[in-house]
Amino acid sequence: MRLYALAVYLFLYIPIAVIALFAFNAGRHASQFEGFSTQWFGKALSNPFVMEAFRTSLTVALASAVLATLCGTMAALALQSVGGRLRAAFDALIYVAVMVPGIVIGIATLIALVTVFNWLNPVLAALWPLGAAAPQFSLGYGSLILAHGLFSMALVIIIVRARIAGMDRSLIEASADLGATPWGTFRQVTLPQIFPGILAGFLLSFTFSFDDFIIAFFVAGSKTTLPIYVFSSIRRGVTPEINAIGTMVLAVSLVLLITAQGLLQRGRRRA
Amino acid sequence: METPQTQPIAELRDASKHYGAVVAAEGLNLAIQRGEFLSFLGPSGCGKTTALRMLAGFETPTRGDVLLDGQRVNDLPPHRRPVNMVFQHYALFPHMTVADNIAYGLRQRRPRPPEAEVAAAVERALERVRLPGYGPRRIWEMSGGQQQRVALARALINQPKILLLDEPMAALDKNLRRDMQIELQTLQRSLGITFVLVTHDQEEALSMSDRICIMRGGRIVQVGSPRDLYDRPVNRYVADFVGKSNFFDGRVSRVGGGAGALTAAGGITFAGPVSCTRGVTEGAAATASLRPEDIALRRRLAPAAGETGVPVQVRTRIFLGEHTEYLVAHPDLGDFLILASRQAEAAEGSFGPGDTGFAAWRDGAARILDND
Repeated sequence: MRLYALAVYLFLYIPIAVIALFAFNAGRHASQFEGFSTQWFGKALSNPFVMEAFRTSLTVALASAVLATLCGTMAALALQSVGGRLRAAFDALIYVAVMVPGIVIGIATLIALVTVFNWLNPVLAALWPLGAAAPQFSLGYGSLILAHGLFSMALVIIIVRARIAGMDRSLIEASADLGATPWGTFRQVTLPQIFPGILAGFLLSFTFSFDDFIIAFFVAGSKTTLPIYVFSSIRRGVTPEINAIGTMVLAVSLVLLITAQGLLQRGRRRA
Repeated sequence: METPQTQPIAELRDASKHYGAVVAAEGLNLAIQRGEFLSFLGPSGCGKTTALRMLAGFETPTRGDVLLDGQRVNDLPPHRRPVNMVFQHYALFPHMTVADNIAYGLRQRRPRPPEAEVAAAVERALERVRLPGYGPRRIWEMSGGQQQRVALARALINQPKILLLDEPMAALDKNLRRDMQIELQTLQRSLGITFVLVTHDQEEALSMSDRICIMRGGRIVQVGSPRDLYDRPVNRYVADFVGKSNFFDGRVSRVGGGAGALTAAGGITFAGPVSCTRGVTEGAAATASLRPEDIALRRRLAPAAGETGVPVQVRTRIFLGEHTEYLVAHPDLGDFLILASRQAEAAEGSFGPGDTGFAAWRDGAARILDND
């Protein structure tokens, strides 16, 4: 039994370990270790295509995480005062949003956006003043941010809701009793109490967007995110440069995930 | 016209709170006097917490009015009411220090008082609850008793017109509770602030309050001083809640001039003042309440005038120090309690389980009550 468990873990983690290991390969082949070197990290970081993809990913991840955190937190707060069947329906929809496979979200978002753009662009062109070229909606930053933000929002709602549920309601009453206005209570009591949840939601949203390939692949349009870049470049053969990129993404994701987990744990202890 | 001195500091006028079909409070009428210590007493679900929350502003009455200082405040939200509350589990803000918790109320004022003033007030408040120098501590570093004193300081620093206390001792152990009761009473006397306490602990209510409001099923059953309630309960419920008593159901056999008699099983008669709230007629079902300390346990029945005696057998004997409590059995009346003082024990000798004797009480010692 123990051997079996060990085998499973090896199967899961050896490929990842190998990727990280070969990122430090001195040679130019991904299958033959020829000595230790960090040259591939340098190569990756000085490759303009990598850096462009990195910037795109970072922008999309930041923007979608901010969007998801803001909307998700507001939704979680508003859902407190929703009861009964409506609440159950909302809960169900939120969980569905998290469980729907990425490929479905990708296709659905693509079809929806393209349909809307096809309808909106001619209208816009018709309404635009003569002599100027009307702006065209197309896939790109906007669609990436929206698609990622939409998925992450469900994550944020779930995390922040759990935090609100774990909060002592009498704290809010105590604050009102001591003369704080509803806004004062929110700012001084509710927000500090749920802040670890909000921050954890933000970090998870960021990580999700930064790592996502499937949804991005459908809605990226002409933009290239880091995962899309990696996917397209391995078709030309795996070099240690790809390993270096993978290792960096892995490191950043792990740090963010562990931080988020730590925040949620600490919140649970204090509550 | 009422003068400000006699005008109650708070009033409930026919105040009711319904949640759909559930009645939390029904037709509460109560005037709370300036500077008094009033307790709402009753089991859980009796409406006492609802009454308190209507005063604080957390509940709006479905019908009737809440008045503070003669002003109708039904629609005034909690943060604009000049009352403060000590919550059952204190509700201290865990992300703030002790000092920040206490300063919270002052910092909500507009214009905001200068920080030096706030800090000085916090230090004074900490001294008042005997926690000087505890300001920089975190809430979770404080014990239960200390947390409660912080909650008290946080409420009192605002100089509320009324301090509302929602079962504040429920989470404390017994010794600490006793200390805290004395401390609360001393604070209330020295500050002259009106205190309104909610509790299910009759001892707590009896030992601290000027007046007690006994509630049941969302209604007020009786309001009075602890002595009033003990000596003149209006019904079996109050008599049972305030101190221990024996109850004997029967029918009223004589009534008139505020006194009467009740004949219970076996033709045994209990005579005493009548304090029924319903009109009582001869033959009506009622109950006689007889306090255990008003019954004597004797070896022999000395047929004294104006005394009733019945033969009983001792079931159990519990030594309580100052007193000894006997549970005795009578074939018609069933089991009842007798509380014998040390002097009585010395005169009659002590009884053991199985011993027989006589239970005797002075005519007029019983009270004829509503049997609900």
